[in-house]
Amino acid sequence: MRFGPLASHEHGALPPPPAGEGWGEGVSAIKNPQEERALTRAFGATSPASGRGKRGSRLDFSSHNRLTVAALVAASLALAGVAKAESLAPYTIIGDGIPASLTGSPGDAVRGRALVLARTTTCILCHSGPFPETPFQGDLAPDLTGAGNRWTASQLRLRLVDASRFNPQTIMPSYYRHDGLVRVGRNFAGEPILSAVEIEDIVAYLATLRD
Amino acid sequence: MRFWRAIAVALTATVPALLAGEIPPEARRSGYSFMGPDTRAMQDDDTSNPGMLFVLDGEALWGKKTGRAQNSCADCHGDARGSMKGVAARYPAFDKALGRPVTLDQRINLCRSNHQQATPLPYESRDLLALSAFVAHQSRGVPITAGDDPQVRPFVDQGRDLFMQREGQLNLACSNCHDDNFDKRLAGAPITQGQPTGYPLYRLEWQTLGSLERRLRSCMTGVRAQAYDYGSPELVALELYLMSRARGLPMETPAVRP
Ligand code: HEC
Ligand code: HEC
Repeated sequence: MRFGPLASHEHGALPPPPAGEGWGEGVSAIKNPQEERALTRAFGATSPASGRGKRGSRLDFSSHNRLTVAALVAASLALAGVAKAESLAPYTIIGDGIPASLTGSPGDAVRGRALVLARTTTCILCHSGPFPETPFQGDLAPDLTGAGNRWTASQLRLRLVDASRFNPQTIMPSYYRHDGLVRVGRNFAGEPILSAVEIEDIVAYLATLRD
Repeated sequence: MRFWRAIAVALTATVPALLAGEIPPEARRSGYSFMGPDTRAMQDDDTSNPGMLFVLDGEALWGKKTGRAQNSCADCHGDARGSMKGVAARYPAFDKALGRPVTLDQRINLCRSNHQQATPLPYESRDLLALSAFVAHQSRGVPITAGDDPQVRPFVDQGRDLFMQREGQLNLACSNCHDDNFDKRLAGAPITQGQPTGYPLYRLEWQTLGSLERRLRSCMTGVRAQAYDYGSPELVALELYLMSRARGLPMETPAVRP
């Protein structure tokens, strides 16, 4: 099978969780096996609620048509005081997109499709799409069929990097940022959800979704 | 003038006020109503509900003398069928000595240490689950009233803030799923309103009984947040908010969930 570690998890000692049920254990616990362990409290009090659907202070997309990465990194350090921001590859937002590849080279659409379908990537928790082989798709978000008609690669890249720039209230996670978040699990702290290579593979795949 | 006073009265009468997006009382539904007929039948029939085995174990523990005091729960509380009816429906409840709300599990352990001089039972241990299932089962069908006590109001509010707080690497709040998107599907599985009516309950995926805290910790793990510890003030506050949010819904312990 293509995804070694994932496949072995899903066919491990316990039967695979019925799609999404007890999703805390089934989906993300793969990398975050804290559920069954007694943890000492590594965190103090939670930060006060930032309010329904809001996140920390955000840069306003419309007033920053052109934003350099230096400014982004500086801003996120200043706002959230998060270290390790430099682990993200630099990118430049122009208009409503990121025109240049995060890695400097084009992604691989075949790998991108496999990533979108992998539960650890989390896309099909919320989205459905042209994936007849998987019955476990979400309906919290638009169907991805035809996404390549509706959006340019540049827009798709920014959507994945930080969807909140299109809709500040969106529930879609920002896959390539790690500042401004609350109480991130210790195995995930300081890391983006996806790597630059993975983002590029997924962008390459989404761009092929034309009807 | 009279008009404005009428409005002011109307506003203060609707306590607690709902925030935008919160589910109005008449639209609140147990997770039971989201299940398929097979799982419902399993919950409804005591002879097929696996949670009932824990209830039976709990009944035995209720009558068992334990600790240095060598007394049983029954020695103080008598027949649970009378003395424990409705109790779980108002937990977490305010503890005067501690000055904060405690969960049913914590109450059981307080009784063990204060009255039985026994060691506390670990969270999610079979004995603690059995005892709390047995006690909560005495409230099956009783409408939930937890959170009505004015002394717990600040803790309900804290729980509500936590419920609305985005968290974890996926940056999602409980409310994003359980207020805004119930009836939709997450990776193919129905999302419910996250009502706490059936705990401790038998989850088929767990293949055992589990507490509400276990469930909340797995939702937190799901959004890749650092889960709060069992018994932490934050989990108790969340639990209390969830119970107050379920006000009027009948208790179902031991429920079955997929
Ligand atoms: C927790 C839910 C959630 C997850 C997980 C998620 N999305 Fe989304 N996505 C949304 C929502 C909701 C929208 C609709 C626009 C908005 O609210 O931002 C959206 C919009 C989109 C769009 C634009 C759709 C269109 O044609 O209008 C694309 C493309 C997209 N997402 C791709 C992805 C990919 C690829 C992933 C995984 C790497 C992903 N999404 C993960 C919720 C999610
Ligand atoms: C991305 C979606 C999502 C988020 C965010 C989420 N949950 Fe859940 N939750 C689920 C799913 C899926 C289930 C399993 C099906 C069900 O019972 O709804 C579940 C189950 C539950 C249940 C069990 C309901 C029952 O009938 O037994 C409770 C209670 C609950 N969640 C509370 C919470 C709390 C509190 C938070 C925040 C700490 C939270 N959830 C965050 C998706 C989510």
